[in-house]
Amino acid sequence: MKYSYYPGCTLRTKAKKLDDYARASAKALGFELEEIENWQCCGGVYPLSSDEIGSKLSSVRALNEAKEKNQELVTLCSACYHVVKRVNDDMRNVEDIRTRANNYMKLDEPYLGETNVLHFLEVLRDRIGFDELKKKVTNPLTGRKIGAYYGCLLLRPGKILGFDNPENPTIIEDFIRAIGSEPVVYPYRNECCGGYISLKAKDLAKTMCDNIMDSASGFGAEMLITACPLCQYNLTKNSKATIPVYYFTELLAEALGVKEEVDA
Amino acid sequence: MEHSKKNQAEMVKEISGSNPLRCMKCGKCSASCPAFEKMDIKPHQFVSYVINENIEELAKCESLWYCLSCFACVERCPRDVKPGKLVDAARQIAVRQKGGAYLVPDEIPEIVDEDLPQQLLVSAFRKFRR
Ligand code: SF4
Ligand code: SF4
Repeated sequence: MKYSYYPGCTLRTKAKKLDDYARASAKALGFELEEIENWQCCGGVYPLSSDEIGSKLSSVRALNEAKEKNQELVTLCSACYHVVKRVNDDMRNVEDIRTRANNYMKLDEPYLGETNVLHFLEVLRDRIGFDELKKKVTNPLTGRKIGAYYGCLLLRPGKILGFDNPENPTIIEDFIRAIGSEPVVYPYRNECCGGYISLKAKDLAKTMCDNIMDSASGFGAEMLITACPLCQYNLTKNSKATIPVYYFTELLAEALGVKEEVDA
Repeated sequence: MEHSKKNQAEMVKEISGSNPLRCMKCGKCSASCPAFEKMDIKPHQFVSYVINENIEELAKCESLWYCLSCFACVERCPRDVKPGKLVDAARQIAVRQKGGAYLVPDEIPEIVDEDLPQQLLVSAFRKFRR
């Protein structure tokens, strides 16, 4: 199976490993991520104002390219997923944005939100299946107590993202089970890490990340996993960092026995 | 004056797509907000300011720079008022004004460290300036 793939700016630089482990894991699982040509940064945050069109166009271009190839569009970074999926919802359902974006784009055929956007975790859950994943695990990570850290970008607004139940998600816990470990459910797993606020209000982000750390370690987690480079940064650099935070793809690659070849 | 007050309130409602009149003042948004302590105008109060067309106050309040757009309030509001979108719309009004940027490129070298992800910078630039 072949998917269009939108890596985004941070996966090219600071979070290169998040991307490398994902590509190696995809290969091991038998699907291909075909990178969108000349993709542009999604902007990191979804432009909430209905009168902002220009800042939504990089997403529309990627979505349209996937449409032209008749592929689903996969993202890995939580922020890219959030932005691209919300823009796609606008293109499907908000007539004014759809019309104005298409006026800018001047495509042969207008883009009307046809592409399906998937997070890498959704590929594992909905296309491969966690039961299948479990069968492909050669190196189960037995005995690890792992807390899923969702944060906000993957979950909210639930009605538009449709990723999982925004108040009681299970997808990452199911992933943790599939790779042979034990999920630790703790209350702060869907609280925000502070996001971009850590640039100008470090103290606020720190309080929030400390709460998350306390909550996770208090419930017995020995490590956290995330899909978001910004969460990873805030939780490790901007908190008491009582437990380590890994990208979920690192553990996936390890369980599939391909981590060493990536690290080499 | 009255006229422009009304216009600004209309603009906030329009670009946010929110109808503040639906608010039943239950306070769930403020109770959900992780930045509550830092905010001078709390999320549920924000809604009332928009109803009262007092956008001038909103455009200079501190809350604009602490809201995370985490959407906890939007998800949990039982009346679909979307308070976080109102905050963002007021922030747009503030940063679109001349000299309204809350972040200038000159500040960056001082505040970055070597691990800081690009995603953080692009997001902050989107949120804090025009
Ligand atoms: S949660 Fe919604 S209804 Fe309740 S106070 Fe906030 S905006 Fe109003
Ligand atoms: S979106 Fe802003 S106002 Fe709403 S809960 Fe998050 S930080 Fe608070």
